[in-house]
Amino acid sequence: MHHALFFHGETLHLLPSGALYWPARRTLAVSDLHLGKSERLARRGGMLLPPYETQATLEKLDRDLEHTRAETVICLGDSFDDLAALNGIEESSRLWLIRLMAGRDWTWITGNHDPGPIDLGGTHRAELRLHPFTFRHIADESETAEISGHYHPKASLAGQSRPCFLADAKRMILPAYGAYTGGLRSHDPALTTLMARDALAILTGRRALAIPMPR
Amino acid sequence: MTTLPPALSDWFAAKGWTLHPHQRAMLDRSDDPATLLIAPTGGGKTLAGFLPTLAELGPNPPPGLHTLYVSPLKALTADIRRNLGTPIEGAGLKIRVEDRTGDTSYTQRRRQRADPPHILLTTPESLALLLSYEDAPRIFAGLKRVIVDEIHALAESKRGDQLVLQLSRLQGMNPTLRRVGLSATVENPPALARFLAPNTTILEADPGPDPDISMLETEAPPPWSGGGGRYAIPAILNQVTRHKTTLIFHNTRAQAELFFHDLWLQNTEDLPIGIHHGSLSREQRERVEQAMTAGALRAVVCTGSLDLGIDWGDVDLVIQVGAPKNVKRLVQRIGRANHRYNAPSKALLVPANRFEVVECQAALDAVRAHTLDGEPRGPGPKDVLCQHILATACAGPFDADALYAEVITAGPYALLMKQEFDACLDFVATGGYALKAYDRWRRLKQTAGRWHLRDPRAAALIRQNLGTIIDTETLKVRLKNQFGGTPLGEVEEDFAATLTPGDTFLIGGQVVRYESLREMTVEVSRTPGRDPKVAVFNGTKFATSTLLTDRILEIFQQDSWPDLPAHTAWWLSLQREVSRLPDPHSLLLESFPHDGREHLVIYGFAGRNAQQTLGLLVTKQMEFQGLAPLGFVATDYATLIWGLDPVTDPAPLFDLDTLRDGLDHWLAGNAVMKRTFRSTAIIAGLIERTHQGRRKTGRQATFSSDILYDTLRRYDPDHLLLQITREEAMRGLIDFSRIEQLLARVGPNIDLRRLSRVTPLAAPLFFEPSRIPVQGEGRDRLAMTQAQQLMEAAGLA
Repeated sequence: MHHALFFHGETLHLLPSGALYWPARRTLAVSDLHLGKSERLARRGGMLLPPYETQATLEKLDRDLEHTRAETVICLGDSFDDLAALNGIEESSRLWLIRLMAGRDWTWITGNHDPGPIDLGGTHRAELRLHPFTFRHIADESETAEISGHYHPKASLAGQSRPCFLADAKRMILPAYGAYTGGLRSHDPALTTLMARDALAILTGRRALAIPMPR
Repeated sequence: MTTLPPALSDWFAAKGWTLHPHQRAMLDRSDDPATLLIAPTGGGKTLAGFLPTLAELGPNPPPGLHTLYVSPLKALTADIRRNLGTPIEGAGLKIRVEDRTGDTSYTQRRRQRADPPHILLTTPESLALLLSYEDAPRIFAGLKRVIVDEIHALAESKRGDQLVLQLSRLQGMNPTLRRVGLSATVENPPALARFLAPNTTILEADPGPDPDISMLETEAPPPWSGGGGRYAIPAILNQVTRHKTTLIFHNTRAQAELFFHDLWLQNTEDLPIGIHHGSLSREQRERVEQAMTAGALRAVVCTGSLDLGIDWGDVDLVIQVGAPKNVKRLVQRIGRANHRYNAPSKALLVPANRFEVVECQAALDAVRAHTLDGEPRGPGPKDVLCQHILATACAGPFDADALYAEVITAGPYALLMKQEFDACLDFVATGGYALKAYDRWRRLKQTAGRWHLRDPRAAALIRQNLGTIIDTETLKVRLKNQFGGTPLGEVEEDFAATLTPGDTFLIGGQVVRYESLREMTVEVSRTPGRDPKVAVFNGTKFATSTLLTDRILEIFQQDSWPDLPAHTAWWLSLQREVSRLPDPHSLLLESFPHDGREHLVIYGFAGRNAQQTLGLLVTKQMEFQGLAPLGFVATDYATLIWGLDPVTDPAPLFDLDTLRDGLDHWLAGNAVMKRTFRSTAIIAGLIERTHQGRRKTGRQATFSSDILYDTLRRYDPDHLLLQITREEAMRGLIDFSRIEQLLARVGPNIDLRRLSRVTPLAAPLFFEPSRIPVQGEGRDRLAMTQAQQLMEAAGLA
């Protein structure tokens, strides 16, 4: 069950999967997919992790797209674990991604892991303004009505730590959507200095639950 | 038959030393390919192991490594070096003895590789590292003997499996290598002999007189419940004053801490007493060890960290606080007292609560009857084999058939099939996934029939991850001051996460106040005389042996209990009156409300691990029936489950087929399996150990092994590591065989008693740590309520 949030005059649905849905614009935003992560680690470090995270992430995205019937998709950066990652992922995953993109207005925002364009359809941009919001990878302190990712925030409730959305009057930060992603506790100074005192943390999981952001 | 060099016999004679019969026997049998010596502590066991080496090396030995000594403890290698030095220097022998452990300096270790000593003292982990170097064959060329000390302890863990694989490598390099195992008393010497080598001679020394062992009598009876034995502090202090040196053993670190804290408050005579356990900083532990060796301490409060190790001749009393859990370990602990040969060891048992009085009585009966417990360990674990293959590849190219032939000479791997070996090799080489994704990035490649690392630079990283000891994720604790802080010890990361500034906890016997978490270090300040929030250390948890639980159930069946202290006899009568006592022919269940929750107690007496599994399986069924279980806790004799609704129809919960189905279904997603997977994944080399420094920079980059586990289960359910995890869990943390034994024993006799409140026998369960939450509807209901409350408190709802 999603959590509905009124943000700069618009109703947004924070889905338990970690995706953000904007019903008025039929737009779905996800952040930090880190596709191709296991391949990059194998290439760089010698660790041979189970090579299924791209499949797992795409399955989740497929479900969210089917469920919301979104027509526009915005990926908020770090969609690929590095610029070479697309070459490393399985052909079947690549075709799957192309199928998801077909017939949808799809924007890839660049992140620190994927700082340049990727050989795949869709629009590539550093940031996207879609009134009243600005979508980008890393939050800009001077901005308002901003939706970003990058930090992989997580928070604990009832003894359990989960990826979460962070939201205050000015900005919203999305949790990491990719299967192989760790998290940064909301207590971290990087997040407590960025977010206002009255910020909320909306936890993902079986259902989205809002609590005051733990700090 | 070997004789000692005259200089050495003369020196022994001058000292007035004569060889014990088993030391003589070791010299006589020194040509045997493998010898297992079983002798009590204080019997000069280690010297017995080294005598043939000293005899063969003689006064002027040629250079080169002759004998390798492997011990489970670093501290022991340093101690042995000093002890061996005395006769070697005394007799003027030109024999070089050096130790090599994780604490040995880099330059020293380099020099040892270039120019090895005659006798090298080391640990299984350091040996693994040494064997992974390309020059291993040169270092070990000419090795004649290998001595494995405290082999009974090593054989109980993966460190032992790793060690025997290494012995098979060494034997491959030196076919005439002779092996010696030194062991304390064990229940099955032939099994340990097979573990050491295929054809092992067993030498058993005179076990010495029976120990002088009894239950400590106290003025106040033990409490109804709880652990730690703090009620007995006056009586224990009294015993300490009447003996030279006392070791006070506890089963967990947290209990040792609490006990030590209270002991100091009551230590009006200011007796010098120290504390020693695995979560204390190395500096702290070394200080206590040195004080102990110098005879400056009257007692040490300790845990299993002192089960093995340095012989302290002055220890004349061992006190075991809390249930002994296992008779063999108790007997070995008792052996820590009185290291003089042929003098009885003196020991006292202190039950921490009234239930433990019964277990202590059962243990006393067993020790007096000379029955020891012990369950066979089963075949060698494959995660250790994967690491062995990887380490072998670091040393240089190898032939798979030759390596397989070598591996099956190691006792635990004798029955390993070629097919199983090949699966391990494939995992190491390619990851072993159904989806062949890593053709370009495989770890091992085959060239001209021989396997080698694809990228030789990977060797450095692999070496960093060798070893089978898996630490829980801990954070260092430092006293905050202007000089950077005194290290106090470590706490578990999970525990640290529950702390907020101002919280207090116990470490190293002092109460400290949590100030902040900085760069993966918990900073604390001293705060005198405040009530501490207890530190939850993850001490090793042994399951009470079948031998002991059977004896306990027998004791319960008596009409009266003249052997037990009156208070305990009365308590058992009370339980009999209020509810009833468990017996071997039925399964007793108690159900009662307490503190706003419904509770169910399952008296299975199946040991901690099996009771835990029962908790997981039964809560799964309860969840299915909509009873909203919230969590459970397991001890060796019972499982306590709490939830929102009571159980009224228990039979379906204990149907063996349903439990088995649940096991398959559930084997899937619980915390115990994930914990097992994590160690397996680290040992097998799938993931790296988390190093303090790495974690600091890790942040978003690191993610938990739970995610990998869930992914594998979903996309590659037949993967080797999942098979290994299942095997490990079945024989270790899950222990399903004891559940099967239990259900076979009780048949259809399941007796549910509905009661109005907590029963005498159930009370101790409420004080057990390690409560396991059930993730389900009940917890969702609670989380929603809690979120609602938080939002209301913040004025947001």
